[in-house]
Amino acid sequence: MASVLILFAHPAYQKSRINRVLFEAVQHLENVTCVDLYEESPSLFFDVEKEQKRLVAHDIIVFQHPFYWYSSPAILKEWQDLVLEYGFAYGPGGTALTGKSFLSAITTGGNAEAYCRKGYNYFSIRELLTPFEQTARLCGMHYLPPFVIHGAVAMSTPQEILSHGVRFKTAIISLRDGLINHETLAQQAYFNAEAQ
Amino acid sequence: MALVYLIAAVIAVPTAKKIGLGSVLGYLIAGVIIGPSVLTLVGAEYSEVMHAAEFGVVMMLFLVGLELDPRRLWQLRHMIFGLGTAQVVLTCVAVGLSTYAALGLSINTSIALGLIFAMSSTAIVLQTLQDKGLLNTAGGQSVFSVLLFQDIAVIPILIVLPMLAVSGTPLSPQEAETSGFAQAGLILGSVISIILAGRFFVRPLFRFVASSGVREAFTALALLIVIGVTLIMEAVGLSAALGTFLAGIVLADSEYRHQLEADIEPFKALLLGLFFISVGASIDFGLIAASPLGMFTGVLSLIVLKFLVLIVIARVMKFETSRALLFAVSLAQGGEFAFVLSSYALSSHVLSAEHVAYVNAIVALSLASAPILFLVLERIILPRFINASGNDKREPDTIDEHHKIIIAGFGGFGSTIGRLLRANGIQATVLESDAPYVEILRKVGLKVFYGDAAREDLLRAAGAAHASILIVAIGDTTSSLQIVEIAKQHFPHLSIFARASTREHAYQLIKHGVRAVHRDTLGSALDAGESLLRECGIRAYQARRITQLFKDLDECFLRKLAVLKDDQPSYMAFAKQSIQDLEDLLMHDSENRSLNRDSGWDPVPTRTP
Repeated sequence: MASVLILFAHPAYQKSRINRVLFEAVQHLENVTCVDLYEESPSLFFDVEKEQKRLVAHDIIVFQHPFYWYSSPAILKEWQDLVLEYGFAYGPGGTALTGKSFLSAITTGGNAEAYCRKGYNYFSIRELLTPFEQTARLCGMHYLPPFVIHGAVAMSTPQEILSHGVRFKTAIISLRDGLINHETLAQQAYFNAEAQ
Repeated sequence: MALVYLIAAVIAVPTAKKIGLGSVLGYLIAGVIIGPSVLTLVGAEYSEVMHAAEFGVVMMLFLVGLELDPRRLWQLRHMIFGLGTAQVVLTCVAVGLSTYAALGLSINTSIALGLIFAMSSTAIVLQTLQDKGLLNTAGGQSVFSVLLFQDIAVIPILIVLPMLAVSGTPLSPQEAETSGFAQAGLILGSVISIILAGRFFVRPLFRFVASSGVREAFTALALLIVIGVTLIMEAVGLSAALGTFLAGIVLADSEYRHQLEADIEPFKALLLGLFFISVGASIDFGLIAASPLGMFTGVLSLIVLKFLVLIVIARVMKFETSRALLFAVSLAQGGEFAFVLSSYALSSHVLSAEHVAYVNAIVALSLASAPILFLVLERIILPRFINASGNDKREPDTIDEHHKIIIAGFGGFGSTIGRLLRANGIQATVLESDAPYVEILRKVGLKVFYGDAAREDLLRAAGAAHASILIVAIGDTTSSLQIVEIAKQHFPHLSIFARASTREHAYQLIKHGVRAVHRDTLGSALDAGESLLRECGIRAYQARRITQLFKDLDECFLRKLAVLKDDQPSYMAFAKQSIQDLEDLLMHDSENRSLNRDSGWDPVPTRTP
């Protein structure tokens, strides 16, 4: 079993409908550490060493968040800026994260169709996630195709939301237990095939 | 024999401290007990021990020089030479006259005795003053200056003494003269060489040794310097303590200073203790037993005479009473240099062996009495001068450092700010008006100056004319506003940060034009409030934002209300309205007009393509 670190960022959890279901679905799994960043560090202040130790202790790093303005909520940016230090995550001697895997698990308001040249978001999800992909690459990490839930706004039925929660949980477990066929996965645009 | 000394020290000092007598007295008593008069565990070799232990005095002066700021020394030069000369000369005259008139001794002998008895105890007094945290007071500084002068004065005294020889002078008058000039030349030479060596030779040496990384080598070097200087000075016939003092000053602003202090301190403490024990052992109780009344009169008259001279000097210099008393009591006993001078006087045939025995006994007894005198001063005399508000009438401290920031008031508020600044390498000049509290802070090692900041002259002395920021961390509304007024009037360039202990206080400060007003309880109450919100189930980040919003609005209303304060009806109306508004603005109401909506994070409807 590999170990998974889920860094969850939502500034208004009390208003979240989908992200909270996803996050709740992966609680209490063996070898899976769930971190609610805004709850743990409401003043956006990090103990960098502690965060780095946490990273080192896990094999698979997951960023779970709503896709705000084609990026993550601010706390994850602060986290990246501070924790991924030169000499730790990248640069000479910065091999702490080499060989680990990275997954973006995001929810977007728009549908899948909106994320192409003809759609109002113009770029594909993979293109828009480039900063995260490149960050992972520079840190020597293996970037997995993203786990995406589109159309979050329109989604209204609890059953539908819960089903996404189950899918997320399955995805995390399969990553943890090494049940992924990486060759097949590499061909896919999304981690979760149904998203397309 | 070393065992005896050590055992004596180990037993005596804790016991003395427990009884409240102080470590110095403990050592002295230990010496008395193990000496020839009581247990005779140590015999005549005590004088050799004392000679070795004098090293402790030498090291102490080295440390004193090390910790001294040369600029401060220059500032004190008037006190050193003014007070010092006055004390030595007047005491010499007073004692000399008394011995001449009362005991019928020759003029030469009287002068010699006067000079010898003029010395005060550097070791005991400095140690005691440091222990009690009195060294930085005005009185302490005066005492220190005189002691310093005495160290310097030993040189000319050593030159003068042989000239007083009564019979069988070892040197012809001509020889005496030339040796006098040769002496002066030697003195100048050695002083200059110490200074030069310190500046140019020693520091590269330190660097070399320090780079080896071997800690013990550094300690060895430190000891080597002290011993080396001592030997040079003694070879030249000068005061070793003065030599090491100079060496200390030269090294005072080197980067190795703290390391040196740390390395020498344990040696100094041990040897100094040994010194005091041997002083105790040297008290010839046989002599005392032979003529107890004579001894007692001798010691008493010495102390009283010196005390009177010192009080006269203090009065002339217009010291205020508690400072004068500290000054007089500290210097009224004999000094360990007296032992050095008296044995030199003996070998130069100025005094007879009998004289010297008496001198030593009297000086030793007066040294022994020093801790007792201090106790009397502390417990009985000084408390009489504490006025009703619990502060003693002491002069405000001389402020010797100026920073860009001045903090007035070092209670909880001021000290927290001070600590935060210091943690960022920012120094501030701290003023505090509660004298006992200043003493406590000093003992903890914080540099705090005593004085009433609501006075223009003190603020000026603290460097207000060149500072940039004044932090008024005083809770008392009247004092606080006074300081603000003085600052606005005399130092208008200062940025003022003020603490407000009540809402009313805050209004007044705002009215006085202070913009950075920080209320005492607001910060901590809101911190607690934020935690409580979380406790009530509200998400951490939500609680954080609400609390910040609340704080900003409250500050805004405070400033509006400050303006309206004088118009009672408007004030009440606005106050009431603002409480309501605050709640409304924060609560999420159905029409989404709340300031807290943070709707940027709400999902927005997508445009269907």
